[in-house]
Amino acid sequence: MIAGRAWKFGDDISTDLIAPGRYFHLRSNMEEFAKHVFEDANPDFATEVKAGDFVVAGKNFGLGSSREHAPLLIKMAGVSAIIAKSVARIFFRNAINLGLPVLICDTDSIEEGAQLEADLVKGILRVIPDGQPITFTALPDVMLKILNDGGLIDHMKKHKGFALSD
Amino acid sequence: MAGTLAERIIERKVGRKVTPGEIVVVEVDLCYLQDGTGPLTVRQMAKLGEEAIWDSSKAAVFIDHASPSCHKALSNDHALLRKFAKRTGVRLYDVGDGICHQLACEELIKPAQIVIGADSHTCMGGALGALSTGMGSTDVAVILAHGKTWLRVPETLRVRVTGAFSDGVFAKDLMLHLIGMIGADGATYKSLEFCGSGVNHLTMEDRLTIANMAVECGAKAGLFPSDEITERYLASMGRKEDYAPLSSEECPVDQEIEVNLAELGPTIAVPHTVDSAKPIDEVAGIPIDQVVVGTCTNGREGDLATLARFLKGKRVHPNTRLLVIPASRRVYLNAVTDGIVEVLLQAGAAVISPTCGPCLGLHAGILGDGEKCLSTQNRNFKGRMGNPESEVYLASPAVAAVTAINGRISDPREVK
Repeated sequence: MIAGRAWKFGDDISTDLIAPGRYFHLRSNMEEFAKHVFEDANPDFATEVKAGDFVVAGKNFGLGSSREHAPLLIKMAGVSAIIAKSVARIFFRNAINLGLPVLICDTDSIEEGAQLEADLVKGILRVIPDGQPITFTALPDVMLKILNDGGLIDHMKKHKGFALSD
Repeated sequence: MAGTLAERIIERKVGRKVTPGEIVVVEVDLCYLQDGTGPLTVRQMAKLGEEAIWDSSKAAVFIDHASPSCHKALSNDHALLRKFAKRTGVRLYDVGDGICHQLACEELIKPAQIVIGADSHTCMGGALGALSTGMGSTDVAVILAHGKTWLRVPETLRVRVTGAFSDGVFAKDLMLHLIGMIGADGATYKSLEFCGSGVNHLTMEDRLTIANMAVECGAKAGLFPSDEITERYLASMGRKEDYAPLSSEECPVDQEIEVNLAELGPTIAVPHTVDSAKPIDEVAGIPIDQVVVGTCTNGREGDLATLARFLKGKRVHPNTRLLVIPASRRVYLNAVTDGIVEVLLQAGAAVISPTCGPCLGLHAGILGDGEKCLSTQNRNFKGRMGNPESEVYLASPAVAAVTAINGRISDPREVK
């Protein structure tokens, strides 16, 4: 069970909005880059986000550039999971590869600042104290395997290669 | 074997029939990284505990994003990549050589290959009939070490192209129109495959522009058949032996769209999304501070020739500035030899050596507060050109040319 605050974003949040290109020179200095995560979408996020919080978004989250720094910055901020209606393909892979959970569900009923709790095993998400349970789509088996191993690097080290089939 | 282009390419790899939605582990034919994603790739490879590349002849490193470097931290990133290339023996393309996708298509990618690059616009290789797609640094680090990756066999969105472009209308207009029609997530996870009689009217340059932008509607790949046009292109690059035909069969697909090229007009994507396509009439007259012609999307010989055709004997408007960035050294050299660079310089353009710079807000054309840019690049997200207080419009090189002359968004069909 994980719990935290919802940071609400809209549709089509690009990797340029998550990890702005103008900080390209900080890509090898991620601690410094982390101060600018979501800067153009919500300037308060980087300073106020707490470990365990959730990034909640609309459709097509993470579209655009393949820069893995985008999910990495979100993970570094202590975010426990990304909750979105849909996620762009490359971002989706990158988040899972880094061990950052992605939950796909209808996010319309989740307000900015709401307190959430999620049970990743049961696939249930709830606004606390009294919200209705929201069921999120199970991850494809392959991604679940990678996520459960802690990300792709750990998966490959553990199995000495891909171990994706049952 | 029946099937879509994506299915056929994957089937050749795995040696059996595949169906959309299933997961396969495939051997990769070519893998590349650039200076934006490369340093993290190198670090992730170290985390994997791997030092050697599975096959150094199948990988390449490109220094093209901040090229030449505009910051000491980026110079150090470049040094890290040069050292990595030297240690592993992979091919290195350095400052001035060109943009990774352009060079990969000129020199490396072959039809029916599986190509993975640590850059979202790797889908440009689909113009050559390769299943070419972008991934992040960790996926690419694993490929460099093991030579394999996992893929979900994509569903297919077939685009049946008919007719031919009318005057003043180009491949960029087709793609902006298509992305506007289906939306920024209209083809997520899918393979966008182009077929129909109109494909014969699309030159390799057209196909490269179109495939390049497949990711802008979420697609995994933007695929063209490998045909006589592919063969001619590879021969022109001195790679005739790399040609292999590849076609798809008329099989049922997830979704099919028909586009008649003759019905298209100049199309503009307005700030801040690529799918906000508008016919030029709706935006004509908007003053523009900076025009950029180039990038992996539209920085080839034909694009520069189109630009020069409009600019010959004219001047860039005093209220605007024109930046021209050839996509590779070869393109640049051809533009010099053909007299195109001379025309552009005399018209008042700044001709810059190949770089991704302004497209993602790194260097060579960062916008000021409140400034508007019209560019032939592939993205116009908020902050894309280095400043969230600026705006980017996307258009064809022809629109860019007449816009640069008039200082406001203009329709190339109105130039006699």
